[in-house]
Amino acid sequence: MKPCNQHDGRRGFLKKSASIAALYFTPTSLVKTFAMDAIVPLPIAKEKLAITINGQLMNLEIDARTTLLNLLREDLSYTGTKKGCEMGQCGACTIHINGKRTKSCVQLALSNQNNKITTIEGLSDGVNLHPMQAAFLKNDAFQCGYCTSGQIMSAVACVREGNANSRKSIQAYMDTNICRCGAYQNIVDAIEEVAKTGAKI
Amino acid sequence: MKSNNYNTIFLEDERVDGADKVNGKAKYTAEHNLPNLAYAVFVTSTIAKGTIKSIDTSKALAMPGVLDIIYYGNCPVVPGYISNAAERPKNVFEWRGHKVLYDNIVRFFGQPIALVVADTFENANAAVRFVKTDYQAEKFETNFNKARLIPANLKSTVNYKRGTEKKFKETNFFVEAEYNIPIEVHNAMELFATIAHWEAEDKVTLYDKTQGPKSTQSTIAKTFGLPDKNVRVIAENVGGGFGSALRSWSNVPAACIAAKKLKRPVKLVLTRPQMFTLVGYRPQSWQKIGLGADAAGNFIGISHEAISNTSRYEDFREGIVNVSKFLYACENVDTKYSVLPLDLSTPIWMRGPGEATGCFALESAIDELSYKLKMDPIQLRIKNFTTVNPENKLPFSDINIKDCYAYGMEKIGWKNRPSIPGTIKENGWLIGYGMSVGVFGAGKGSASVRIVLSNDGKLLLECAVSDMGPGTTTSMTMIAAEAMQMPIQKIKFKLGDSDLPPGPSQGGSGTTSTVGSAVDLACKTVQQKLKELAIQYAPPFASTTADALEVKNEMVVLKKDANTKIDISTLFKLANQEKIDLTINSNGKNAEQLKYTSNSFSAHFVKLGVNAKDGTIKVLNVVTTGDAGKIISPKTARSQMLGGVVGGIGMALTEKVDIDQLTGQIINASFGAYHVPLHSQAPPTDVWFVNKPDMNMNEIGAKGIGEIALIGFAAALANAVYNATGKRVRDLPITPEKLGYKTAKA
Repeated sequence: MKPCNQHDGRRGFLKKSASIAALYFTPTSLVKTFAMDAIVPLPIAKEKLAITINGQLMNLEIDARTTLLNLLREDLSYTGTKKGCEMGQCGACTIHINGKRTKSCVQLALSNQNNKITTIEGLSDGVNLHPMQAAFLKNDAFQCGYCTSGQIMSAVACVREGNANSRKSIQAYMDTNICRCGAYQNIVDAIEEVAKTGAKI
Repeated sequence: MKSNNYNTIFLEDERVDGADKVNGKAKYTAEHNLPNLAYAVFVTSTIAKGTIKSIDTSKALAMPGVLDIIYYGNCPVVPGYISNAAERPKNVFEWRGHKVLYDNIVRFFGQPIALVVADTFENANAAVRFVKTDYQAEKFETNFNKARLIPANLKSTVNYKRGTEKKFKETNFFVEAEYNIPIEVHNAMELFATIAHWEAEDKVTLYDKTQGPKSTQSTIAKTFGLPDKNVRVIAENVGGGFGSALRSWSNVPAACIAAKKLKRPVKLVLTRPQMFTLVGYRPQSWQKIGLGADAAGNFIGISHEAISNTSRYEDFREGIVNVSKFLYACENVDTKYSVLPLDLSTPIWMRGPGEATGCFALESAIDELSYKLKMDPIQLRIKNFTTVNPENKLPFSDINIKDCYAYGMEKIGWKNRPSIPGTIKENGWLIGYGMSVGVFGAGKGSASVRIVLSNDGKLLLECAVSDMGPGTTTSMTMIAAEAMQMPIQKIKFKLGDSDLPPGPSQGGSGTTSTVGSAVDLACKTVQQKLKELAIQYAPPFASTTADALEVKNEMVVLKKDANTKIDISTLFKLANQEKIDLTINSNGKNAEQLKYTSNSFSAHFVKLGVNAKDGTIKVLNVVTTGDAGKIISPKTARSQMLGGVVGGIGMALTEKVDIDQLTGQIINASFGAYHVPLHSQAPPTDVWFVNKPDMNMNEIGAKGIGEIALIGFAAALANAVYNATGKRVRDLPITPEKLGYKTAKA
């Protein structure tokens, strides 16, 4: 994507995204009560997005309404990142955006112009498991495995951010990630184990 | 915790399928990509009861990418939707439950009334809002507490009576009280999803979130009038179920209908709010328990009454009053159980099912009685211990619950428990100890397993069971490794596909026993074949009998002389064959096993603090113990018990569905408002198993633990709260308000 139209594209998108977001997230009841007939569906233009995913730069044309999570899962087949609630409440979709842990379900993909994304698929070197992945496996820090990608992405950030100093601190920083199978104790064990090695992860 | 039964074979004890779950490669239902896939989203009702006067789809249909909007007005005929048996083809069964997209009747708030199908998820989702519906609303009832008081509302009452009249009510040692549990929702992390792909007019492949690929296959075959073999159900990885995926819900036929109508694969994924209304829940319940004992603590009688809610269109019942009939020695028992239809969707078993509900009441009542008797509650339980099930008079195949008591008492520090409640205060926290027992039936059903031993020494096992998280793949691999005396690395257990030999649905703590017994039998059959091949083709064994041989380390060996041996690949060469490939059927309990009654047992111990100022409850320590025969896979078994504790904390302290009685809508249908336990709410937990094989039960000596991990836990916690505060809370979840504290205003 050329830098010159990036500016326009972004502004144009912001303009549109306000109305799109209003449409997309308006509670059903409101739409029904006030404006069902007044709302006119907008023609959905494809928007350009330059984004780096697991080290690979991608120039994409995407639906402006696509969340980052759906872009990953539906359009690009990075299905390691999970959809658990689409409300930013469960943490199954946690990824790293420019190194910061973020819930990808409450991000429009287009708001990630030129961002660097790391998903669970990009955490390891492709041959060996990342130390956090290995620790999760060793400590049986999951059962069904569905929240696991998000837990691991959060866990890596928890250590990198320096929040893995005590079990209590780990728990507080991992409260963003729900595990319905209840593997919490083993997850904290795994994080503690990695943190104690002092290795840069 | 290490099992003693395994030694050198198991150098690794990690989940055999674990690497793919930590690196994101494991594929769950919605993650299968098919060419030309269309996306479907439900439009759901905004009234609780009534009829739809009209649905205007014109505006939505005109939106970009929308392919179709299916509703009662244009839904193709589904053979299984036909109510009149005479009009239904012979091979078709009537669909059980809500016939989605079929009629204009609304039975609960949030019911699917139309299905938008579009080329992308975004286009489908955007169109949902433009489907305009006019309703004729009717008066509805979703208020359990109100409706249960009117006897005419109750139905399907079942009574049980043992012994004489309730004389025990006249004794001095009698407690009677009512217990309430709200609706709780499984809320597995993976959203329910179905991808339907019709490969031909009469042949469909489904990727579906199910705990039973075979059961889904049969349901869809019988609904659409197809032979079973023309329906393939794939559920390779299941992201949690907890009982909710034990039947096919409306998402399955809806995806099938859409895919067939549009002649292209359709993916339908539920939303988190829809997970509260469309895929079952633990029913709301009311119970009343009366428990009387003599001065020495011997139980004289138990009366246990229960009501749980169901929907208007289906009866759902579970084992709420069952535990009172058999867990303790007691001559006189009365139970009564009814269901209460409400204008809600149908409930389903949720982890621990009815037994968890029943145990909360029974085990709370026993605790209450112990104070009245001035007796230690564990001693009271031991006093009424029985090795014979008083309901069916059969001996338990094994029962070691007293070992669980001993371990738990020691580890939780039971000796520090105050005999008078509310007497220990540390740094502003009232400290209390509590315990309770859990019990669940241990069954063994029939299953088939295909076993293939190749000349490269690799062993493949296949069964159409699923693994929603407990680690079935791992434990089955371990059973095979032990039976074959070979390394787990050489064994692959394949599941999650209805094309594989039939296995049970994963539920009711039966998978390890049922499929494990089949795996064990399959391995033993292969060993027998190997011995026969050795005798027939390998000269050193020519004059031996199969009894004199054993199979281990991928060799057939003469028991008396370990130097007389032949490895499998050489043996296959001699016999001129490449593999052994058999499908083995394993049956339910045999006559000898049927002489016993089998259960898994658990005892949970809780130490907690209640903040004296604001009533905050902090669980300090948990010891959870299981008596479930041999523990096949110690690591994953421990994880299941840890998960039971976390689930139990949710049941006891945080989880409750709130219904707005003015609209019939669940108003906290999200993780933000329906609180499942988080990291910081998981207490330090010690897990322990008796780990003694129960050989009266099945050939592998193992019983299930998924249910007992949770059953009883809520009572242990409530009993600890009483011990800490002197306040008995009988309505779950236990909150500071119920302990008499005012809620802090934000």
